Amino acid sequence: MHALVFIKQVPDASQVRINYETGTLIREGVPAILNPYEVHAVEEAVKIKQKFGGKVTILTMGPLQAADALKECLSRGADKGYLLSDRIFAGSDTLATSYALYEGAKKIIELEGEIDFFFAGKQAIDGDTAQTGPGIATRFNIPLVTYLTKLDEVNLEEKYVVATRLTEFGQETLKVPIPVFFTVEESLNILSHSPLPWLVKAAQSKIEILSGENVDLDKNQCGLRNSPTIVKKAFTPEKKQRGATLTGTFDEVVDQAAEKVAPFLNNIL
Amino acid sequence: MIDLNKIDSDISHYKDIWVFIEQTNGQAEHVSFELLTKARELASQRNCHVAAVAVGNSVAHLAEDVFKYGAEKFYIVEDEVLKDYRTEPYRDAVSELVVKYKPEIFLIGATTQGRDLSGTVATVLRTGLTADTTKQEIDQETGFLWMTRPTFGGSLMATIFCPKHRPQMSTVRPGVFKAIPLDAPVNGEIIEIIREKIEFSEEDVVKKILKKVISSEGNVTLGFYDVIVSGGKGMGNKENFNMLKELADLLGGTWAGSRKAVELGYIPQTRQVGQTGQTVHPKLYIACGISGAIQHLVGMQTSEIIIAINTDKDAPIFNVSTYCIVEDALKFVPKLIEELKGMQSTRRAQ
Ligand SMILES: Cc1cc2nc3c(=O)[nH]c(=O)nc-3n(C[C@H](O)[C@H](O)[C@H](O)COP(=O)(O)OP(=O)(O)OC[C@H]3O[C@@H](n4cnc5c(N)ncnc54)[C@H](O)[C@@H]3O)c2cc1C
Repeated sequence: MHALVFIKQVPDASQVRINYETGTLIREGVPAILNPYEVHAVEEAVKIKQKFGGKVTILTMGPLQAADALKECLSRGADKGYLLSDRIFAGSDTLATSYALYEGAKKIIELEGEIDFFFAGKQAIDGDTAQTGPGIATRFNIPLVTYLTKLDEVNLEEKYVVATRLTEFGQETLKVPIPVFFTVEESLNILSHSPLPWLVKAAQSKIEILSGENVDLDKNQCGLRNSPTIVKKAFTPEKKQRGATLTGTFDEVVDQAAEKVAPFLNNIL
Repeated sequence: MIDLNKIDSDISHYKDIWVFIEQTNGQAEHVSFELLTKARELASQRNCHVAAVAVGNSVAHLAEDVFKYGAEKFYIVEDEVLKDYRTEPYRDAVSELVVKYKPEIFLIGATTQGRDLSGTVATVLRTGLTADTTKQEIDQETGFLWMTRPTFGGSLMATIFCPKHRPQMSTVRPGVFKAIPLDAPVNGEIIEIIREKIEFSEEDVVKKILKKVISSEGNVTLGFYDVIVSGGKGMGNKENFNMLKELADLLGGTWAGSRKAVELGYIPQTRQVGQTGQTVHPKLYIACGISGAIQHLVGMQTSEIIIAINTDKDAPIFNVSTYCIVEDALKFVPKLIEELKGMQSTRRAQ
């Protein structure tokens, strides 16, 4: 069994603050974290490995600091981390990113062998696009299962899985052949604590760096220049003015509130 | 999948605005009509037509509604294989249509299905996709579509465009635009259903659906309501939401809540407002015991009137509120209900 998990290091979006004067984000001091959905993707891949044997490989694209996120995955039981890092990828939109990661994954197949399970988070908390996973799956032309909430059955002999995913109305359970691409929800599993030896091993392991030269790249599909979408401007949302505070005694405030909402009162009874 | 050589790269060949009509068991999703309404406005600026696309085993009957909301053409692919949504055959059907008919703009609802589909279709077509947009406008000078979306959990907005690839694709959250039917169906324009035959065989589709579970809460479309009474962690427990339901009933609206309310089990996820929930813009939004985190605000701050009830006078929710009430919601709401009931019975007596 070989699972490949695509991860992303992201700024902790919940700690990003706005400077309304300059209209920019205050990113200083905001920690970089492993995208929360991907923590669960790694957990699931490691669970499969514990049951069937095999290995879990991690791939990310980003600056050299992203190695920290890969190390976290290793401490959670993954076997090897690859970092695709090159200036040529800078400014990639989702189409260019899925291209780069697709080529990166092909390289990993060459180095580490065929892949049965591809995993990614359902989306990254900084961009929230939910496109990179589907993009990679499409390029490989393998079945895609987004919003995975449960891996009901894994059958390596007959090469299929039974998987449950979220839909607009509830859930659906699918039978899908291997290889398969999952993007996962946080509810997929409950995180376990890493045993000490994993932590030690992670601290000692080396992250493999892949540059643009190491993978078979069509440079005309990489980076800002070859991204179909262009950011025209970025701005902070308009700050609304705080409205009136209703004042007076408790009963007076109730009266005022009742007056404000009275026009909506449902008269049909 | 589509042969890449079949994709026309001359962008001047692409015309008209398409809307994907999402349907389940022959029922169209409301967001599709919201998008048709928006498409009408964009088309009048672009001087082009609006068309709708649907894929399924039986979708032709949707034509009536589709035309009512302003589509002038309705492209359909019907096949038993397409009965339930599955990524791969839907992807192939939709990309096939795009390659053949070349729309300039393609709008899809940012639902679970729409997000799943759009990411794969855009990859097949090697075009740009802007996800989860909240604003769409045509740049007068270039005629390009400007798409604005929140990023960083709503802290930052980005306006994105796609100058050199077609179609310009984007997903739009349900509830962002209003669905407004035409007074009379489009006049003097071509209204036609174009049936496209694409060969599918069930054997080629490797993914099989074993079971579907409809959650007991079903699909709550908060966007339908003019009044939403919403609660957060400050409501303390699930039972206390009964007062919010009662208030919502009195005002002819519905109830909802924050993500913390979901996490604490007070309300189902289907009623969550915000970045990872639904976007709403009712006439009246009453927030009870909600602090007003940015991820919550992006889902509700465009409501016409916002009334917040919070014990903390500095709660961020007050910064977007029309009326601020610094009180304990658990005491305030029952009193308000009592008062409103009083008003109601006097009205009826009159
Ligand atoms: C990636 C991401 C996505 C997210 N998506 C969403 C989303 O879609 N929607 C969403 O809502 N959140 C979302 N969140 C969570 C968000 O950051 C906040 O944690 C959440 O909105 C807080 O919910 P709350 O206001 O109910 O709780 P709290 O922030 O804990 O606030 C409770 C409030 O209740 C007040 N209070 C307490 N008791 C009373 C009382 N008796 N009467 C009146 N007031 C009282 C308190 O003063 C406080 O202001 C997301 C977070 C992340 C990281």
